[in-house]
Amino acid sequence: MQRTYELMFIVRPDMTEEDQDKLVATLEGHVATAGGTVKNVERMGKRRLAYLVRRFQDGIYVLMVLEGDGAMVKELERRLRVTEPVIKFITVRVDEEQKRLAKVKALRDAKVRGKGTRAAAAEAAAAAAAETAATAPADTTPASV
Amino acid sequence: MADETTNTAAPVAATEGGSSSSAPSSRPDGGGDRGPRGPRPGGRPGAGPGGPREGGRKFFRRKKVCKFCVEKIDGVNYKDVRLLGQFVAESGKIVPRRLTGVCTPHQRRLADAIKQARNIALLPFSTR
Repeated sequence: MQRTYELMFIVRPDMTEEDQDKLVATLEGHVATAGGTVKNVERMGKRRLAYLVRRFQDGIYVLMVLEGDGAMVKELERRLRVTEPVIKFITVRVDEEQKRLAKVKALRDAKVRGKGTRAAAAEAAAAAAAETAATAPADTTPASV
Repeated sequence: MADETTNTAAPVAATEGGSSSSAPSSRPDGGGDRGPRGPRPGGRPGAGPGGPREGGRKFFRRKKVCKFCVEKIDGVNYKDVRLLGQFVAESGKIVPRRLTGVCTPHQRRLADAIKQARNIALLPFSTR
């Protein structure tokens, strides 16, 4: 079952760029071996933490968007836990939310186009939902079956 | 404070008079509006400006609407600290719906997002 996850983690503020690159590269390797794919890696830069974490006031935030199954996340989290420079991490599943948002957006667009008539809007939304449902599995067919 | 009490008292008389003479249908509405509103001005003084209150039927009601519905913000994301920060009190607490006017579905998502943001140190659990 392929799912989309967002993995956000914080590394120590004194970590060098090269070390971060190395860390991200190893994580990508682990994702690949677990059968997942890395969609996007975003460096959010140094930020002040809202509270002290391991006596650090600041941290470097990194966000990765991944696709894979639960086992991959489990393995990844285990590895992050033993990776010393990573001081905090969170994994959030986002595919359901994205699906919901697409639906809401389709509904809204339909409402705007249908000039307020409720039946027309509902009809268009249903069509749009069907469309997204059709496209969503198409994206994930290789692994979802 | 005294001004507010007179405000609430005045429409009572107006509805009372209206119901007895010409507009009986307006009375249940008036009662419904007045009931929950009574203790509020005391709880949050100066929360809203006075609205139209002449005419017996039109009552002043604080315009409190869900920010997410109005601005059409669909997804509440834990990364959007600036947005979430508006719904977190100085102490780090999540501000209740009763004060912010956020609708139930959005408040639920908002609370989840705030909790996620707390976990990744974007928002404080509590301020020191």
